[in-house]
Amino acid sequence: MSAMAATDGKRGKGSGDHRAPRLILRTILRASAALPIGWLPLPGLAADAQVPQVAASEVKRLIARSFSSSGQVTVDSVLRQDATQSECSAYTSHADVPAHVARRIQSAEAATIRYPRDGKWLGDWKEGEKIAQSGRGLQFSDPRGGPNGANCYACHQLSPQEISFGNLGPSLYQYGKLRGDAESVLRYTWARLWNAHAFTACSSMPRFGHNGILTEQQIRDVMALLFDPASPVNR
Amino acid sequence: MKAAARRTALLAVALAGGLAAALAAWRVLAAPSAAGAVAHVTGLPPGAEIARYREMLADGNPAELWEDAGRALWSTPAGPNQVSLARCDLGKGPGVTTGAYAELPRYFPDTGVVMDLEQRLAWCRMTLQGLTRAQAHANPFGSAGNPSDIERLVAFVAGQSRGLPMQVSLDHPEAQRAYALGQSLFFYRGGAYDFACATCHAADNQRIRLQDLPNLLDKDGARNAYTSWPAYRVSQGEVRSMQHRLYDCLRQQRFPAADYGSEAITALTLYLARNANGGIYDGPAQKR
Repeated sequence: MSAMAATDGKRGKGSGDHRAPRLILRTILRASAALPIGWLPLPGLAADAQVPQVAASEVKRLIARSFSSSGQVTVDSVLRQDATQSECSAYTSHADVPAHVARRIQSAEAATIRYPRDGKWLGDWKEGEKIAQSGRGLQFSDPRGGPNGANCYACHQLSPQEISFGNLGPSLYQYGKLRGDAESVLRYTWARLWNAHAFTACSSMPRFGHNGILTEQQIRDVMALLFDPASPVNR
Repeated sequence: MKAAARRTALLAVALAGGLAAALAAWRVLAAPSAAGAVAHVTGLPPGAEIARYREMLADGNPAELWEDAGRALWSTPAGPNQVSLARCDLGKGPGVTTGAYAELPRYFPDTGVVMDLEQRLAWCRMTLQGLTRAQAHANPFGSAGNPSDIERLVAFVAGQSRGLPMQVSLDHPEAQRAYALGQSLFFYRGGAYDFACATCHAADNQRIRLQDLPNLLDKDGARNAYTSWPAYRVSQGEVRSMQHRLYDCLRQQRFPAADYGSEAITALTLYLARNANGGIYDGPAQKR
């Protein structure tokens, strides 16, 4: 089950029934206590000091007693790490994941990918540009029910007109022009947007389809931004 | 009278002149790509440009107003007990503010736990001044027309460590445990976006849009980032504390709301502060 699917938006502090969340928390903590997760050595700077081992269950208890559900974000939603979130918490970045671990994560995540039911890959690039610009959505300060943005420009260059872009991800300028629009390329790009961990275990990129951040139609629109010859990305 | 006149003058400068200049400077710097056009225009490398921008901002930092107000709050009798915070022990003895922030968070034998500045201030306001827990934690983040006493006290105490090296101790086992928890939380991936602190703050030369992201695993990155908070945020018109910085990072990380003065924030703060050890504290600074 994905982290998103676990969120019902109703539980947490302030709700009438406090027994249910506590029971859930106990179940989560018991389950994670059973996992033999060695968190350290993580990269840190206190090599001179005695830093004790911390079990995943202890970090979850810390989160449980330090955060409150707010808006659409529940404490449960971050306590319920899925297997990938849990495993990836042991590495600084995708580059540090051992090959055999990466293969296992990638194959598990690849199995989650859903392709468009009607076989239609591309939507409206103008809508895609809006989605790429918007960083709103799924913060506790955002209104419930979206629409969510993808904030592509936070990490990627896309349209050359937008000069405020980040560099955590590669430039996607001329994405379609350089790659063409063969079925295999469309399929690969859709899958990457749906679940980046299927290709790069412990990627920094959110799993936009798998975690329900974007709808199928929104992914079509972002696909159009990347592939449509009329899109500024390809001009 | 003199102090009041000076404050008024400074406020006028901050609002009319300083702010306008700062915003204009920011617009000039923010418009073109961080690495490209600015350097092209001025002939300076981007790092030097940003340093120059910060220098312009530092001249007439409105955070000074918060420091002054905080100093007054510190020494004015308040609460049901009508006493000041002059006997508040921030770890270096009752009433000692000089250098206290550079050693926080720290383990306090009288409470038996590791506390950051804001937890300790709340503790002093409860035990010395007689405030309730709710009163001591009220309004931690100010807004227009709703000034925060806490942000003012924090600005004052932090400013009393300016020029001193960060010296956070892990000698006590409780401090070691808090550091380890903070470290694990730094790498904890969760929520709808699968983000951890490390997703954005564990590599050099990364940007979200045009905003530089400090690499908090790097000694210089950790020092430069930590020693500049609290800071006057030009975009918010308020001095923001480390509690606020982390609360807002976690919000954008799609985590739920971090409780003010919670153990998780203190653990993360200790992790970051300790990693900044040896850096010269230089806040409260001024930021975008």
